Amino acid sequence: MKIKFAPLMAALTAAALFTTTACSSSDSGAENQSDPNEKVALSYWTWAPNMDKVVAAWNAKNPNIQVTVNKQDGGDPAVTKLLTAIKAGSGAPDIMQAEYQKIPTLVSSDAIADISAEVGSVKDKFPAGIWNGVTLGSEAVYGVPQDSGPLMFFYRSDVFEKNGLQAPKTWDDYAAAAEKIHKADPKQYLGTFSANDAGLFTGLAQQAGASWWGVQGDAWTVNINDAATQKVAAYWGGLVEKGVIDNKPMYTPEWNAALNDGTQVGWVSAVWAPGVLDGSAKDTKGKWKAALMPQWDAAAPATGAWGGSATSVTTQTKHKKQAAQFVQWLNSDPEALKLLATTAFLYPAANESTSVLTSPPAFFADQADFYTIAGEASKSMKPFTYGPNVNVAYSAFNDAFGKAAESKKAAAFTESLAAMQKTTVDDMKNAGFTVAG
Amino acid sequence: MPSRTTAGKRAGTPYAFLAPALILFAAFLAAPIVYAGYLSLRKVKVSGLGLGARSRTEIWAGLDNYVRSLTDPDFLPSVYRVGAYGLIVVPTMLGLALLFALLLDANRTREAIGKFARISIFLPYAVPAVVASLLWGFLYLPRVSPINDAIEALGLTAPNLLSTDLTLWAVANIAVWGGTGFNMIVIYTALRAVPTSLYESARIDGASELAIAWRIKIPIVMPSLVMTFVFSLIATLQVFAEPMTLRPLANTISTTWTPLMKVYRDAFARNDLYAAAATSVIIALATFVLSFGFLKLVGRRAFNQED
Repeated sequence: MKIKFAPLMAALTAAALFTTTACSSSDSGAENQSDPNEKVALSYWTWAPNMDKVVAAWNAKNPNIQVTVNKQDGGDPAVTKLLTAIKAGSGAPDIMQAEYQKIPTLVSSDAIADISAEVGSVKDKFPAGIWNGVTLGSEAVYGVPQDSGPLMFFYRSDVFEKNGLQAPKTWDDYAAAAEKIHKADPKQYLGTFSANDAGLFTGLAQQAGASWWGVQGDAWTVNINDAATQKVAAYWGGLVEKGVIDNKPMYTPEWNAALNDGTQVGWVSAVWAPGVLDGSAKDTKGKWKAALMPQWDAAAPATGAWGGSATSVTTQTKHKKQAAQFVQWLNSDPEALKLLATTAFLYPAANESTSVLTSPPAFFADQADFYTIAGEASKSMKPFTYGPNVNVAYSAFNDAFGKAAESKKAAAFTESLAAMQKTTVDDMKNAGFTVAG
Repeated sequence: MPSRTTAGKRAGTPYAFLAPALILFAAFLAAPIVYAGYLSLRKVKVSGLGLGARSRTEIWAGLDNYVRSLTDPDFLPSVYRVGAYGLIVVPTMLGLALLFALLLDANRTREAIGKFARISIFLPYAVPAVVASLLWGFLYLPRVSPINDAIEALGLTAPNLLSTDLTLWAVANIAVWGGTGFNMIVIYTALRAVPTSLYESARIDGASELAIAWRIKIPIVMPSLVMTFVFSLIATLQVFAEPMTLRPLANTISTTWTPLMKVYRDAFARNDLYAAAATSVIIALATFVLSFGFLKLVGRRAFNQED
């Protein structure tokens, strides 16, 4: 991804300057001449479980900066609420959990602040591919990465053994394994192509080297229909057309039943998969194994992401410095990382997460190296830039790929990308964004 | 006789009584409608990269949102789809409701059976549409459906009800299942109001039960049929909960499967309240025109019989 960022930087710096001015004018300079004994109360919107317990550890050590957790329903409703508060001019929290794909939308709505001056130094504590998600590839920093969802491959080791198969190293291996398993037992599938999960497909495109949005000069670029994504779409379309993997969506009662009764024997998913399998496939506990993703080029291992979020400071806060201090502690301090992993059940994005995650998740109790594999996956995460209308692209994905999956034609998969590209670009142009090309 | 002063005081009394209704009407119906109309004429204009403060401004859009709505390639197909859906649902549902009402009415003497049948036919109406759709969704999904198991036990191949050809029928089935009971009660109540002497004289004249139903009962309940038709028409134009709930289960229901789903997508997936408002206004107008147009068309014929 070679894109010139200078003009973006200028724009962002201008934005940042404006934000800072706006902040200090509304606030009697808490940032510049802050009284170390000043008591500050911060509110924090998050939907991760048990986050109040993690925050309690901070509050105990920082009597002057007390953080209150305000539990949210989830990523989408929280963003809607935040944008409403930003539009209304009040009501936003000081700190906000923000999914990586929502960050451009939030920046574009002037909802989250650039905290590069406060937290820029923690950059080295995070994998480059993940850090890219909070900078949008610029010099600004719109949050500190909290958790990440590096893609991994999960499979039924007993079924693989029975068929004389190894965990697939490459996507060719995966295709061969899928065919062999389905031939041996026509009811069994190694996976499914889910038109409901745009996030997973995005991760797969990211692994292949795509970055759907970007900034070139003072214009956005949209590259959903690029060669890398074409390769991914053609690959999955080919498998669906051959009938060696299923074409039904994930997260349905049917899919749950298929995982549990052994007709879905593999899942391309992310590091958080054990939690899902624990609920959906509990009868098969002990038979699953985790592995690194199948690769396009085994010599240059790469992965993408599915899920994960950062912690950001909103533009309405009056205590940006203190908020940034908390955000930095929460996502990079070893004590906090341990709490995030064990209490809030997150996979912390920081490099150090490997040292706090020592025992494997319950569903993979026999696989001692689970988090070693996850850590390795995390480091090979490819950079990916999200744009300001991810939701538009995602709903276009649902519609176009839903039809393609139903038709079981590989050609329909690759054509769907053109439809996604057009819908996304049209929406941006209609809104007034400058789009290159 | 009240004195002048008390009469003056009492002049305000009706308004005091009306106030709660008027205030609620204004705050929760009139104001949102006006606001939706206003929003439908506005849009957000982004400049450049759209990053940072002041890059978004709300401006007047004129009829831009309406043009975009009507020319959206997904909009017309969703309208046609709802039309086909209505052609399946409305006749089936009202036909069944009328049939059940006539059967129950013909069986007036056996009150206990009638009561049981009435309640069991009405019961699905009490199930919320989302719950009903989840329930049917389970029955439609081949792997978790007991119906599929039964069909396959007989050695037959069960059809996939959520495939391209059958989805419309699958969704329509839920609406028919949920709506028949309500319409049946409306028609049945109208039938009960008919004096039995009418039937007695018909029987003396030698009319069969079928002839009584066709020549006497159906014409008499025509106003109820008209009313249930209008209700069904409006419900059809606003179909939302069933396909929305089934959507994640299948590839065949798009995010713009019905016009209201498009409104939802624009407002909540695309954060474009303005386009959503414009489409809402279009749907409201279409509903208004269709229902009042229909009432005007049949009104005189249907309602004159009451006189």
